[in-house]
Amino acid sequence: MSNALRTIRGREHLTGWLLLLPALMLLALVFAYPILRAFWLSLFIENLGTNLEPVFTGLGNYVRMVGDGRFWQSLWITTIFTVIAVTIELVLGMAIALVLNESFRGRGLARTIAILPWALPTALIALSWQWIFNGEFGVWNDILLRLGILQEPINWLGEPGLALASTIAADIWKTTSFVAILLLAGLQSISEDLYEAHAIDGATPWQSFRQITLPMVMPQILIAVLFRFAQSFGIFDLVQVMTGGGPAGSTEVVSVYIYATVMRYLDFGYGAALVVITFLILVAVVAIAAFLLSKAQNRTEGV
Amino acid sequence: MAKLEVTHLNKTYSPKIVPVKDLSLAVEDGEFLTLLGPSGCGKSTTLRLIAGLEQPTRGEVLIGSKNVTHRSAGDRNIAMVFQSYALYPHMTVFENIASGLKLRKTPVGEIQQRVAEASRVLDLDGLMQRKPSKLSGGQRQRVALGRALVRKPDVFLLDEPLSNLDALLREQVRAELKQLFQSQNTPVVYVTHDQTEAMTLSTKVAVLYKGDLQQLDSPQRIYSHPANQFVAGFIGSPQMNLLTLPCENSHALLGEARVPLPQVTEPQPAGQIVLGIRPEHLQVGKQPDCTAVRGQVFLIENLGMSDLVSMHVQNSELTLRALIANTTLKAGDELVLSLPPQQLHWFDIETRSRIPVQPETVAH
Amino acid sequence: MAPSTPVVTKPSPTQEGVNWKPVLLGITVFLVAIFSLAPILWQLLTSIKTNADISRIPNVYFPREFTLEHYIQLFDRRPFLRYVLNSAFVAIVSTLLCLGLGSPAAYALARLRLKGEQLILGLVLIVTLFPYILLFLGLLEIVQILGLGNNYLALIIPYTAINLPLTILVMRSFFQQLPRDLEDAAKVDGYNTVQMLWQIVLPTTIPALVTTGILAFIFAWNEFIFALTFMTRETMKTIPVAAAQIGGATLFEIPYGPIAAATVLGTLPLVLLVLFFQRKIVQGLTAGAVKG
Ligand SMILES: Nc1ncnc2c1ncn2[C@@H]1O[C@H](COP(=O)(O)OP(=O)(O)OP(=O)(O)O)[C@@H](O)[C@H]1O
Ligand SMILES: [Mg+2]
Repeated sequence: MSNALRTIRGREHLTGWLLLLPALMLLALVFAYPILRAFWLSLFIENLGTNLEPVFTGLGNYVRMVGDGRFWQSLWITTIFTVIAVTIELVLGMAIALVLNESFRGRGLARTIAILPWALPTALIALSWQWIFNGEFGVWNDILLRLGILQEPINWLGEPGLALASTIAADIWKTTSFVAILLLAGLQSISEDLYEAHAIDGATPWQSFRQITLPMVMPQILIAVLFRFAQSFGIFDLVQVMTGGGPAGSTEVVSVYIYATVMRYLDFGYGAALVVITFLILVAVVAIAAFLLSKAQNRTEGV
Repeated sequence: MAKLEVTHLNKTYSPKIVPVKDLSLAVEDGEFLTLLGPSGCGKSTTLRLIAGLEQPTRGEVLIGSKNVTHRSAGDRNIAMVFQSYALYPHMTVFENIASGLKLRKTPVGEIQQRVAEASRVLDLDGLMQRKPSKLSGGQRQRVALGRALVRKPDVFLLDEPLSNLDALLREQVRAELKQLFQSQNTPVVYVTHDQTEAMTLSTKVAVLYKGDLQQLDSPQRIYSHPANQFVAGFIGSPQMNLLTLPCENSHALLGEARVPLPQVTEPQPAGQIVLGIRPEHLQVGKQPDCTAVRGQVFLIENLGMSDLVSMHVQNSELTLRALIANTTLKAGDELVLSLPPQQLHWFDIETRSRIPVQPETVAH
Repeated sequence: MAPSTPVVTKPSPTQEGVNWKPVLLGITVFLVAIFSLAPILWQLLTSIKTNADISRIPNVYFPREFTLEHYIQLFDRRPFLRYVLNSAFVAIVSTLLCLGLGSPAAYALARLRLKGEQLILGLVLIVTLFPYILLFLGLLEIVQILGLGNNYLALIIPYTAINLPLTILVMRSFFQQLPRDLEDAAKVDGYNTVQMLWQIVLPTTIPALVTTGILAFIFAWNEFIFALTFMTRETMKTIPVAAAQIGGATLFEIPYGPIAAATVLGTLPLVLLVLFFQRKIVQGLTAGAVKG
């Protein structure tokens, strides 16, 4: 102690850790503890059958999961949701970023409008889309009917396949702007000279996009994919409010299933096991993405 | 009372980056020491080690014979002026100047009085309530000086304080600085890579290169007796002519001319020696007692006061540059230059250090 | 004589390019704006339509009469003001706490050259990717053990924590851009690290604090799952949860009008934030995501 305080560096170090400590403790409490606790809890059965007393079961919860069709279905739905949503958001986000990167009058206002969806509460947005897709009075039906695309109104949130598509649409609306913001930052860092030089070489806009824009914003694309994957894989608010997982479990993503397991069926041990598995899947995918990201960053730095 | 001393100072960032290798210096009260050297030679690092902003890897810093090596910058009672001035942007000029005193719980009355005094000396009256962003470069510079002065520190440290001023202002502030610090009986350490500043301001100059102290002397002596080839080349503008010459029978051969070697005790082992002569010391035409060198002019650069004439030495690859006042020479002309023996500098070809000249050759 | 080449007037590419690009751009910008605004505007329109117009088929786009009855109903039949205040209180307090805890940590990571700094930064970055569903079970336990159910702390603590990673990353990237000399001057003047942080560094990074604070406020205002789980008493609920539960409260007729009104009121503060601070939000988001 006195030794550390004797030198300037020693004192600086100590102050540094003191400044860091409160934040780290809070992070440990809110992030590390729940995850570690879930690992521990997943080794017990703790539900109404055991009067909410923990009974050790070893890997029993995980064995149960293997045969739990509802879990596998939720995993499948989550995967579909994530892949479709993130892909479309990426394409759409890139398009919006390209538009917002052009210079035109009112660009500031356009950017403001474009980031609005991202900033609004997901739960409230879910209510808005629920209303839009309403089977009786929904405006989406009304538009399609007026355009003659539909002859009969459809209950969008009442049909399994359509309900999933509707929630995906709502998610795309909500988060495309986030992707666009990230990609726009990447686009802004590309020097105009690169395009001019390329155009002088006779490249078409599409070639420029493929050979300059895409590689240069690859780091931002990967970061966006990483964030969006994680958010989308854990999506809860939107689905819970829009459909509650229905109809017939057709939109029950993993989070909604976990929440129901814990809060509705009070099956804490099994819920913890579900948390653990979801966590592990997420970590694995994030690790792969981070690896690709660092490779892509090395590549663009080499240019 | 508050002499500054550093002993065997070393700063090692990594095995490859050692900006200060083994530096020992002492600065007495009222002395003005300048650390001079090219960019990256470790001047700022040395100053920051003295200030306590960096911790030395080895060595000690003593202020008033107290060892302060492990004290924080704030406990050393030093004041420092930064190249960027580093004024606190959210404080007024007054608050900037007074901040160090306030932290030391100086009574309000005394703060007022000291700030007023600094303001008078530095001509800051009327600017006291402004924010730094509303000041000109020169004014900011003076505020930074004021912040240092009011502290009445044991040591003043200045890191290239003039380099952000334009040329005209720089000369004026340089003169003001000189007066200012002459009236302070405190050690001053001043960092610059501008030799004019070093020459005009200092009582002592330390020339640094690659982390090593090359020479520590008065400005006059650094100019007249550079300790080695690096100092010789670094100090003086235009640069000193440095010629590597073959030796033969106590003479160095410069083209057809034979320059008598200084009466050194040992013969030059490699059979070669470095001869230095400043362009301003070369004389036109054949002068008595001088070696004369013949050559052909190939370049004339007008420096205003005089011309810098470059000449190929006859029958050799060497060139000489001479400062000549109002010349009518032009490229292609023949020219004879004389080398006054008392202005010659000799350097060892291997150690690059100065070969002392016997007193009898100097006396003239 | 050279063989006469037929003079074909090719449509010059510039003629078309010059005319079409701004038009296309204008159309796409318009589409982007419509895409982003339409759902919100539709909700706004619904909230001021009469019940008769709301349930009219085909839909009414330009109603003849407007009404505030849905808004009045919100405040009459429910403690809606209370929801707003709950949301505001929890979001503001957690934002301030987050800045208070996060800025010193960010400063330590930016400047004090701690061992293990890279590891901590890596962990902080990874933590931003955790969905809250992974945390709510463990937090629920803590809330139960400490008896924090229906207590503002049950939200303030997690909200502070979930915003810490972003705060640390964004503030660190701002601190790193500060000129070093300023802090060195402060050290020479006699400031210790903590004084320097409060009196020199933070006052010069107020714009960064505002940026980070806005982001933290948005996330706290919008959070759903913790608020849903830890606040069960009606008077403690936050807007997103309360609004989402309006529909579930009655079995017979779904009150579309009040739901729309609640949506509008719940989004209004954020719409205003975005309107005034668009630049800062973008800057903060990209600094947090990209620079880390
Ligand atoms: N914190 C640090 N970590 C690693 N290397 C450093 C650090 N600070 C300085 N250096 C290196 O030490 C060397 C000397 O730096 P210093 O700032 O002392 O040079 P200087 O003589 O002041 O140059 P200049 O005239 O450009 O200001 C440089 O090569 C620099 O890159
Ligand atoms: Mg320097």
